[in-house]
Amino acid sequence: MSAPQTSAAPGRDAKRMRTLVTPEGLSLPITLAPRGARAGALIIDVMIIGAVLLAVFLGLLWMVTGMLDGTSLDPDQLSKGAAEFLGILLTLFVFCTWYGYFLVQELGPRGATLGKRIVGIRIAARGAARLTPEGVIARNLLRDIEIFYPLVALLVLTQMAQTGEEIGVLGWVMTGWFLLFALFPFFNRDALRAGDIVAGTWVVERPKARLAAVLSAQGAAATAGASEVTGVRYDFGEAELSIYGEKELQTLERMLRESRPEALAAVHAAICRKIGWDPGAGDERAFLEAFYAQLRAKLEGDMRFGKRKADKFS
Amino acid sequence: MRAPVISSWFGRGQVAAPPDIESAALRSDRFRLEREGEWRRLEDILARMERGGLKRIADDDLVALPTLYRTAASSLSVARETSLDAATLSYLEALVQRAWFQVYGPRQGFVRWLRGFIFGGWSRAVRALWLDICVALFVMVAGTIVGWLLVARDEAWYYRLYPAGGDDPRVPGASREQLLETLGHDEGAFGLAGFAAQLFSNNSGVCILAFALGFAFGIPSLMLLVHNLALLGALLWLFNGQGLVVELAAWLSVHGTTELFGILLSGAAGLHIGRAMAFPGRLPVLEAAAAAGRRSAVVMVGVVIMMIVAALLEAFPRQLVEDTASRFVIGGTMLVFWLSYFILYRPAPQDAG
Repeated sequence: MSAPQTSAAPGRDAKRMRTLVTPEGLSLPITLAPRGARAGALIIDVMIIGAVLLAVFLGLLWMVTGMLDGTSLDPDQLSKGAAEFLGILLTLFVFCTWYGYFLVQELGPRGATLGKRIVGIRIAARGAARLTPEGVIARNLLRDIEIFYPLVALLVLTQMAQTGEEIGVLGWVMTGWFLLFALFPFFNRDALRAGDIVAGTWVVERPKARLAAVLSAQGAAATAGASEVTGVRYDFGEAELSIYGEKELQTLERMLRESRPEALAAVHAAICRKIGWDPGAGDERAFLEAFYAQLRAKLEGDMRFGKRKADKFS
Repeated sequence: MRAPVISSWFGRGQVAAPPDIESAALRSDRFRLEREGEWRRLEDILARMERGGLKRIADDDLVALPTLYRTAASSLSVARETSLDAATLSYLEALVQRAWFQVYGPRQGFVRWLRGFIFGGWSRAVRALWLDICVALFVMVAGTIVGWLLVARDEAWYYRLYPAGGDDPRVPGASREQLLETLGHDEGAFGLAGFAAQLFSNNSGVCILAFALGFAFGIPSLMLLVHNLALLGALLWLFNGQGLVVELAAWLSVHGTTELFGILLSGAAGLHIGRAMAFPGRLPVLEAAAAAGRRSAVVMVGVVIMMIVAALLEAFPRQLVEDTASRFVIGGTMLVFWLSYFILYRPAPQDAG
């Protein structure tokens, strides 16, 4: 079947596929999150934290200004206790936000921070293990030395270098440190970062699929091959149905669900050529629905007897 | 990266009623239509759980969840053998996976975990690290001695270990009175709370660093311990020169017994991970590292709590209590408290979760 390839390159996706065996012995396919998505999620999270902290800081600043106004703009009369209280509030708030943001959200039922949710990924325990609070804590503590500690150090070093201080090889050491951890996910099969290794976790795509409509209950498939447009009954013989296998059937299913007219016309023409029918025009959908239903009935019937036909070549 | 589906955030589209079962021409589609109601119920429960935790779920839904999960799982294994409907199969796979995340997900939220942690989990984790704690303690003592010896041999080392600010009187050659003054207390409680918050934030940062550096086979953690304790050794040497070592020890002990204990634990936690990665034993490296990481993460949460206590002690009692004996009493009490909590407090482990 001259089916157009799907947009995603199957080779790259297949590399991210893993199998998870549930305690019931059922194997489930699971897709690892792409590294780009994870970086994007982290950037979103840092931006959110930054925005929240900035807002709180500005709010506190506004309160201090308000207090200054109350003392007719004389800093000496400012209540020192109140200013100190605001300082403590800020310090503790920064600490709690920084560590709590990731911890509380990843321990929640979604297993994802806001950034991860937006890009559609979540964390999970490697293998079929249960995700534990300890694991979540470990992976988040390590994020500090992986990304933020070297970045902050580099920033400080850049400042020092600009004011003319000698920093020596320290800059290169910090850059090396940063690169070592930032590139860590590229050097193992499961795209684990250091925190994932220590915590026994990995990051996977969030499963998300909607239940599509039942194809065999609509159109020509439901009426035993009769077309609503022309009234013709499409009935395919054993020989005509045995040229295709499961792979082609599922490609046809996808096209029927997407239902792009030009694609349907192309497939219609291809099938007709293959089975030696004369391709008409205008009734492609009914033809394909009937063909789909009858091909699937045949293949599923064979399946019940243990006969499977993977694709047209087998 | 998948584009966000805005519509999934604001209200869900109403699901059309499934077609009549008899209208489906295929046996596998009839199988699906018969079970679709249960799948949708499961999906609905899952969506509510993911959104708002357990509080918004009715009890009978919660009871039905494991059953619905198993129904969906068995539907999936039947469908894999009888149906060629790719859309249904991928829907079921995603549904079972989502349900699996909830059924076998973290069993307790953060608050419940914290309770179990304080009542038993913490001291259990600390005891599990006993070997690493012994090594870290040895390294810390060695670091102190090294610091003392280095400075005793060459005073220039003091400035290298302890880059003093311009007006810090704690430098070699300081008089007894100057040193004694640094051990005194401030005028009142003013400013101490802010000081405590700063100390806490700073100290726990150092501890988290010591832990996280354990990833490099534990060596940087030990180096950090040596460096911090060499500083202590140098300070001890300095005060010893003026015969003030007892006063210094009292001054340090108020918060030091808690803080140094915390640093010890974080160094040991880092070392534990490093050791598991260097010598994984019979487990694969990744599994050994993960097991060690989870054990030490528990210890690290405890360290953060200890740092809060240490900062409070450092800011208030140490600055307000001047008497050497009382300082020793406070510090000693804290040390006894921590030791008995970690060693003697052994409640039976509850559900391991």
